[in-house]
Amino acid sequence: MSVNNFTEPKFLVGPILRVLNRVRRQYIQNPVSTLHTLCNDVVCKMFRNQYDTDVTTWSPAGRLFQVEYAMEAVKQGSAAIGLRSKSHVVLACVNKANSELSSHQKKIFKVDDHVGVAIAGLTADGRVLSRYMRNECINYFYTYESQLPVGRLVVQLADKAQVCTQRSWKRPYGVGLLVGGLDESGAHLYYNCPSGNYFEYQAFAIGSRSQAAKTYLERKFVSFMASSRENLIKDALFALRETLQGEKLTSSACTIAVVGVGEAFHILDQETVQALINEFEIAGEEAAAPDQAGVDEPSAADDQAAPVDQSAAPMDM
Amino acid sequence: MLLGILGMNSLDCTPATNSLIRSEADSQRTLYPYVTGTSVVGIKYKDGILLAADMGGSYGSTLRYKSVERLKPVGKHSLIGASGEISDFQEIMRYLDDLILSDNMWDDGNSLGPKEVHNYLTRVMYNRRNKFNPLWNSLVLGGVKNGQKYLGTVNMIGVHYEDNHVATGFGNHLALPLLRDEWHENLTFEEGVILLEKCMRVLLYRDRSAVNKLQVLFSLCGIHTSRLLGNCCTV
Repeated sequence: MSVNNFTEPKFLVGPILRVLNRVRRQYIQNPVSTLHTLCNDVVCKMFRNQYDTDVTTWSPAGRLFQVEYAMEAVKQGSAAIGLRSKSHVVLACVNKANSELSSHQKKIFKVDDHVGVAIAGLTADGRVLSRYMRNECINYFYTYESQLPVGRLVVQLADKAQVCTQRSWKRPYGVGLLVGGLDESGAHLYYNCPSGNYFEYQAFAIGSRSQAAKTYLERKFVSFMASSRENLIKDALFALRETLQGEKLTSSACTIAVVGVGEAFHILDQETVQALINEFEIAGEEAAAPDQAGVDEPSAADDQAAPVDQSAAPMDM
Repeated sequence: MLLGILGMNSLDCTPATNSLIRSEADSQRTLYPYVTGTSVVGIKYKDGILLAADMGGSYGSTLRYKSVERLKPVGKHSLIGASGEISDFQEIMRYLDDLILSDNMWDDGNSLGPKEVHNYLTRVMYNRRNKFNPLWNSLVLGGVKNGQKYLGTVNMIGVHYEDNHVATGFGNHLALPLLRDEWHENLTFEEGVILLEKCMRVLLYRDRSAVNKLQVLFSLCGIHTSRLLGNCCTV
């Protein structure tokens, strides 16, 4: 008649036996500290370490683990890349859809005519921050009839993120933002991270497999400042292809957005992107291979990609 | 009665007599102006902006204060001139000082230019008018930023516009016709000053609240604002 009681011994046997064995071994070596480590070990079974419970706890090494975990969330999202020249900024990202049936998550947001943002990480957080940025731009324009300088927008964003690292009832935003925009002092690309830091970049990539893109960008970035708009987009597509690790780059798998002098922030439509991919022959190393291999390759890559997707939380994109 | 003597610009409003608006807080709202400045005149010239105003503060029909600076520089790029209630102008200067301070505290390469300041003031003036507590001024805002000249005006009810030549108060009636005839795109600095002096002379003849001491401010392309003070005695 008794209800299943989860404190019954049969549920706790495994962990307790393991701990007891360890304690026995430690006690033989050093009886005094055993009791202290026993408590720690039981607790540490549940957490990676004992200082990561909330964001307002420092570790003895001077780290805030919750903030670092939030930055891990950014690495789980699919890749987003940004590059800039003197007059243009290009944002590019990989579209990841949960299944073939669903549409892909929106990763690039227009914030104003002169600013746009690409996100990686928790898309819900990204959406909320984009709305905040749009609001700030609109309010500034209402008061001053001129565009909010990008440098000020990112500082406001960074300050907002910092607040979440210093309140016990909040958590850090789990999204990294590549903010690309134009103002009086030229074209700018910034990266805002969950820690509340922001950095200006010539080119940057965030999200999963972004290291491959960063390697490509590091090779080419010196020429970006003087690059033409077309070459900048070409480099963005090449960098994007690096993150796909051999998969074929098609316009359905990526999103590109551009902002520049005399050109308001806008997302390029699929036909334009596909035309650019074809023009620059960026499709993939297998472009030269026979069609059979081309057909098999994506499906094999998909199977490999699926386990990765399952380990990433559904809310991450 | 005070109002009749002041001879204010036709755009200025009579105080509200509607009892619906009257409240205990009446003593906190601006109902009439007390110490006032008269016209401000501004023009664009080849290299920037020129503003002129006399240095008088009238107390009703009495020409009480004769060294009131009604033209001030604002930030790195702008100039402001005010007619109307002097204390409200001082309040506006406080708002602008705070605004410029916050702008400077960003410590980045950006700064608020004349267009931004003009729009900010428009929002302030219009907001105050909507609360039936206006800042009793007509303002001229001009400046140069990145080679772009800007000249605009905003008054106590929030009416705002930009033009190549603007004036407040009596200047609208006496100075603007002169400027419409004689202003052109490529006035040199000397020509501009001569033109403004002509306007101020007519205002001295015909405006009872004008005094014979002038202040002229200019703003150059690429250079911070600078001032020259002129004392002009006419017979």
